[in-house]
Amino acid sequence: MTAVIPLHYFLIVSTLMFFIGIYGFLTRKNLITILMSVELILNSVNINFVAFNRYLFPGELQGHFFTLFIIAVAAAEAAVAIAIIISVYRRFTNIDVERVDTMKH
Amino acid sequence: MDFSFTVWIPLLPLILFVFLGLTSGSIRPKISGYIGTAGMTITTLMSYFVAYQYFFNRPAGSETFEKIIAFNTVWLNLTEKLQINLGVLLDPISVMMLVVITTVSLMVHIYSIGYMNGEKGYSRFFSFLSLFSFSMLGLVVATNIFQMYICWELVGVSSYLLISFYYERPTAVAAGKKAFIVTRFADLGFLIGILLLSFVSGTFDFVSLTDPQGALITQGSSLTFMGLSVMTWALVLIFMGGAGKSAMFPLHIWLPDAMEGPTPVSALIHAATMVVAGVYLVARLFPLYVFAAPDALTIVGYVGGITSLFAAVIACTQNDIKRVLAFSTMSQIGYMMLALGVSGYGDHHGLGFMASMFHLFTHAMFKALLFLAAGAIIHAVHSNFMTEMGGLRKYLPITHITFLIACLTIAGIPPFSGFFSKDEILTAAWEHDKFLFFIEYAVAGLTAFYMFRLYFNVFWGKDRHYHHTPHESPLVMTGPLMFLAAASMFTGFIPFSSLVTSDSKPFESHIEWMIAIPSILIGVIGILVAMWFYKKENGISEKMAGGLKHLYKWSYNKFYMDEVYLFVTKKIIFNNISRPAAWFDRHVVDGTMNGIASVTNRTSSGIKGFQSGQLQKYGFVFVSGVIILVFTFIYIWFN
Repeated sequence: MTAVIPLHYFLIVSTLMFFIGIYGFLTRKNLITILMSVELILNSVNINFVAFNRYLFPGELQGHFFTLFIIAVAAAEAAVAIAIIISVYRRFTNIDVERVDTMKH
Repeated sequence: MDFSFTVWIPLLPLILFVFLGLTSGSIRPKISGYIGTAGMTITTLMSYFVAYQYFFNRPAGSETFEKIIAFNTVWLNLTEKLQINLGVLLDPISVMMLVVITTVSLMVHIYSIGYMNGEKGYSRFFSFLSLFSFSMLGLVVATNIFQMYICWELVGVSSYLLISFYYERPTAVAAGKKAFIVTRFADLGFLIGILLLSFVSGTFDFVSLTDPQGALITQGSSLTFMGLSVMTWALVLIFMGGAGKSAMFPLHIWLPDAMEGPTPVSALIHAATMVVAGVYLVARLFPLYVFAAPDALTIVGYVGGITSLFAAVIACTQNDIKRVLAFSTMSQIGYMMLALGVSGYGDHHGLGFMASMFHLFTHAMFKALLFLAAGAIIHAVHSNFMTEMGGLRKYLPITHITFLIACLTIAGIPPFSGFFSKDEILTAAWEHDKFLFFIEYAVAGLTAFYMFRLYFNVFWGKDRHYHHTPHESPLVMTGPLMFLAAASMFTGFIPFSSLVTSDSKPFESHIEWMIAIPSILIGVIGILVAMWFYKKENGISEKMAGGLKHLYKWSYNKFYMDEVYLFVTKKIIFNNISRPAAWFDRHVVDGTMNGIASVTNRTSSGIKGFQSGQLQKYGFVFVSGVIILVFTFIYIWFN
């Protein structure tokens, strides 16, 4: 356990992931890519949870459980989102967010 | 006697108006004519019944004719003290007016069945006639001055609708607008007068307004404005409304043009009933005029006198027979106004009031007759111009006789009714104002002259070239003529002085032969001059016209009153007031508004890009904001 990876390495990775997710979420027009960006954001949070749990409170498990919980919810959410995306595609034959604007008018 | 059923007298024509108006087009026009006439017959019979009950069946022992409120209901309850009621007030003048209006209206209804036969808008015509009858009946039975004002305006509307009945004819449309605008302008004065009067008195109610023992008359108002009491102002302004409706100089310009309407309408509205509304208004408020504002009453008298002379002079040179009759109407209404102006209150002093109402009554009969006969003539020869008529007595015997009776009546030849009423007016004028008296003598001569000028031109002289041989009208048209001719002959014997008087108490009046005989002579001279001029075409009239060239020209052009109005409105008011006002409105008022609008417009189009509806853009702004805030806090935190 000499060559321990410092905590802030994890944090840097998760921050990068988080902002890549934000960036993708704000700039991509494709619904699938947006969904993927959301997953990135969620997973960066998961990394934080796990890392903090491991380094700051090694004897406890709340962080791990929370991570598992988030993964489960994210899976459900992805299933719903993809179902929506498929019906959007069937309706409009594309999944570009800027062109799916019928409800606005 | 319970008079509450009288509320149906005005209501029945209203129901007919609505019914005929809604069903026009879905029932046959003829049927709607019959329905309208039948309804009017019922109304007429009710009015006769009311008149009989009121005048001849009054409670035993009472000397005076009481004012009866037969029906009254609160219409608008504005405040505790200020209410506007609708109701039916019966007193001698309103009952008399009921008889006049329903009689003439019924005759016109019957006559129109024949006259309007086959015209476009037949049922519309009858529904408008019903509307008019409703408004006029509502006007005369008004219990308060506001109800009168409402009906006054309704009368104006129906007059407008009927003048422009032939709405495809531009002159008819223009005439309707002219009538409406001129009388509306006069009604502005009326409204201000009403407001002043109610401000002073605190009531709209006629019974309390005109009570000679009432607070308003005995105490009056101490308020003055520009040297005259507020009461005088109010009554002069109210008279302005009356003058507009009654075509008194200088608000008369609409009446000659109103002849564009169908002839039965001219007979009903612009001769017999509506135009005397102004006289009725002054008569209704007569105690106020006499006691509270004698100055206003003098104005009434002089306006009447001037109008009667002015109109009589114009009537002598007009060639359109309906216009001659229109000016004669003005002249006769001038007589009535004058009679009110020279009247006092009570007993024999109230002779002028009685004479005015008497003349109103007889005038309604003979003027309706003249117009309906003129309608029959126009119907027969398809022209309004007497220069295109002549020798018609052979073709139209009934029309000829009835027209002659009407001419003799208006010329004041005994024993026809016009003689009696005119004599009373002259007597009243003699006792009160010699100047007006001599004006009326002159007018009497002129009246006889121009009426017989018309008569001889139309019925005598050479035959003209007609499109087809003129033929007498059907009975449905000549029947009313004969009825009205009989009325013109015999209504003079009604003892008006024991029925309709200023203080509702009967008094004795008798014919002043000292005044009557010269007036008969003047009438006869007028007739003889007209006969000499016009019975055969001998060129004397043209010579006379040449000799009095300027007078003739002025009279022929109606003293250029229309031109004066046009000058005042177009040159002075339009150029100096309306145009600058329009410029101010268009450039300053509109400019300000447009400026504000365009600033708003530009600002919003500048910033509208922010609200794109793109969630991702909003998200971007949100995240950027968060980041900026975070860095700001961090910066503050570590410093």
